[in-house]
Amino acid sequence: MSLKRPAKDQPENFEFNSSSLEEANKIISKYPKGKQKSAVMALLYLAQKQNNNWIPLVAMKYIAKLLDMPYIKVYEVATFYSMFNLSPVGKYFIQVCTTTPCMIRGAGKLVEACKEKISENETELLQDKNCSWTEVECLGACVTAPMMQINDDYYEDLDKEKTLEILDKILKDEIPKPGSYRGRINNEPENGRKTLMELKNA
Amino acid sequence: MLKDQDRIFQNLYNDLGSDLTSAQKRGDWVNTKEITEKGREWIINEIKDSQLRGRGGAGFPTGLKWSFAPKEVGSRPHYLVINGDESEPGTCKDRDILRFEPHKLIEGCLIASYAIQAHVCYIYIRGEYFVDGQKLQAAIDEAYEKKLIGKNASGTGWDLDIYIHYGAGAYICGEETALLESIEGNKGQPRLKPPFPALIGLYGCPTIINNVETIAVVPTILRRGGKWFASLGREKNTGTKIFCISGNVNNPCNVEEEMNIPLKELIEVHAGGVIGGWNNLQAVIPGGSSMPLIPKEKCETLTMDFDSLVAEKSGLGTAGVVVINKDQDIIKCMARIARFYKHESCGQCTPCREGSGWMWRMLERMAKGEASKDEIEMLGDVTKQIEGHTICAFGEGSSWPVQGLLRHFKDEIKKRNNFDPIVKETQNIPYLVDQHLLDKNA
Repeated sequence: MSLKRPAKDQPENFEFNSSSLEEANKIISKYPKGKQKSAVMALLYLAQKQNNNWIPLVAMKYIAKLLDMPYIKVYEVATFYSMFNLSPVGKYFIQVCTTTPCMIRGAGKLVEACKEKISENETELLQDKNCSWTEVECLGACVTAPMMQINDDYYEDLDKEKTLEILDKILKDEIPKPGSYRGRINNEPENGRKTLMELKNA
Repeated sequence: MLKDQDRIFQNLYNDLGSDLTSAQKRGDWVNTKEITEKGREWIINEIKDSQLRGRGGAGFPTGLKWSFAPKEVGSRPHYLVINGDESEPGTCKDRDILRFEPHKLIEGCLIASYAIQAHVCYIYIRGEYFVDGQKLQAAIDEAYEKKLIGKNASGTGWDLDIYIHYGAGAYICGEETALLESIEGNKGQPRLKPPFPALIGLYGCPTIINNVETIAVVPTILRRGGKWFASLGREKNTGTKIFCISGNVNNPCNVEEEMNIPLKELIEVHAGGVIGGWNNLQAVIPGGSSMPLIPKEKCETLTMDFDSLVAEKSGLGTAGVVVINKDQDIIKCMARIARFYKHESCGQCTPCREGSGWMWRMLERMAKGEASKDEIEMLGDVTKQIEGHTICAFGEGSSWPVQGLLRHFKDEIKKRNNFDPIVKETQNIPYLVDQHLLDKNA
């Protein structure tokens, strides 16, 4: 189990803005009447998106009220799932996968690059709050290992140099191109593809 | 090698585009109405004839699972839930279906919902696959627009709504009852079975839960016939399967192949061979991290299907093949897997919550050669205490890889961790409290 602590500095108020509220109502309508509780994860995502990629405690209280469920239930959910950030993270939040399939293809080098470019410690925010990084468990792109995720996008087939390049771009506030960094297309073998050849050449 | 025309996922590498028009060119949505007109019995029987087994890891016969749904809809509605919480290390097949073959999945949802009489289908996708989920959402919107799903879906007279529910980074939500808890808005902690979800599942209603790949192959099976699917592979291990080959190979890739394909062919032909040559192979994890590893000697002749891997005391699982060559430290690799399980244990059952961390700490020390002789046996004992003593299969999933390591690489661990825990007489340790441990006569 992973340990998660809410941030020490908490804002006083939180409310969905009109677009989040509209989105929230749309999500709640996906579930049967009386089961609005099901929307709690999606609403936490919305709160996280609205609040610079992290969820303050007041937002949990707000969501609890909105969904008519006990606050502690929302708190439970927010602390259970690893993708809900309970303390501030960077505008660019870098998650490096270091589980075995990535590890044996050199994820350690990616971690090194993050330490060099961003900070020695995980989840430590840079001064300008632009960037932070963390190690995570399997992100489900094992065939294109090693890889990392920056906000919603996957950056695959990396090595140390390419990671440094990506991080340089991010530190300059540019968004690098997601996808494979060895120019391969999706999850096909890089060379010597043996299947579905007619379609490839079509 | 499987013939190209027998591959179900023609767009696995996105050569053709994933939009509705290109999907229809590949044969999706062509005669959905005719298929449903043949009736529920026929659909379920055809799936039973095809001997399709669930692609999510457990390999449960799909037709049988569907037949568990109540025949008549009572006061409680039925639900279909698709498990796309793909988080097993070594596995990345469902992602490709979500982004490149979404219409196969959506059509499969319609047929399966019709067969089990569900009007609502939830697709649970892991939160990290947000971009891929958006692609699926676009495909769902497209299908709604063309009236393929929604009211009177595809002219079948059946109403179906499909919704995506995003997870948030919990491996355990891939377990079916934890997934249901997660959709209901709770922590993802598995439920005790029985009652099984087919009778009491989502919101206490009858629910059928299937993996993305299982549902996505259904339309093709019904079009080409259960007999065709059963003719591939071997008895009870039929059809095709997407294999994900990762780790120390020259060309890691996803490839759809026939069941029962030799492992060596998979690695040598499709993945370009082991880095450093076949002789540099150390071990292979055949089915995602939960499955015990298999040493090189056995890889020579191994075939990849459910039953032949069980015979080797491993399993096909999700068919995520992780190749580990001799440049890697096998104990470190397994220690990292143990760390994964320590991180992902939901904390509900004590043996798993405490044991997964215990195994990780011991393995970390073993990798560094800091463990004592006794601990090797103790590690085996801990795995046995976890296995079978938990609510869900996570207990097995976390202890099997460690057992596999102990089964095949015990000598390696012994070589590295060779000291005796009892302090010998020559070592004078004044602060040792347990003075009685000092062997006075030695």
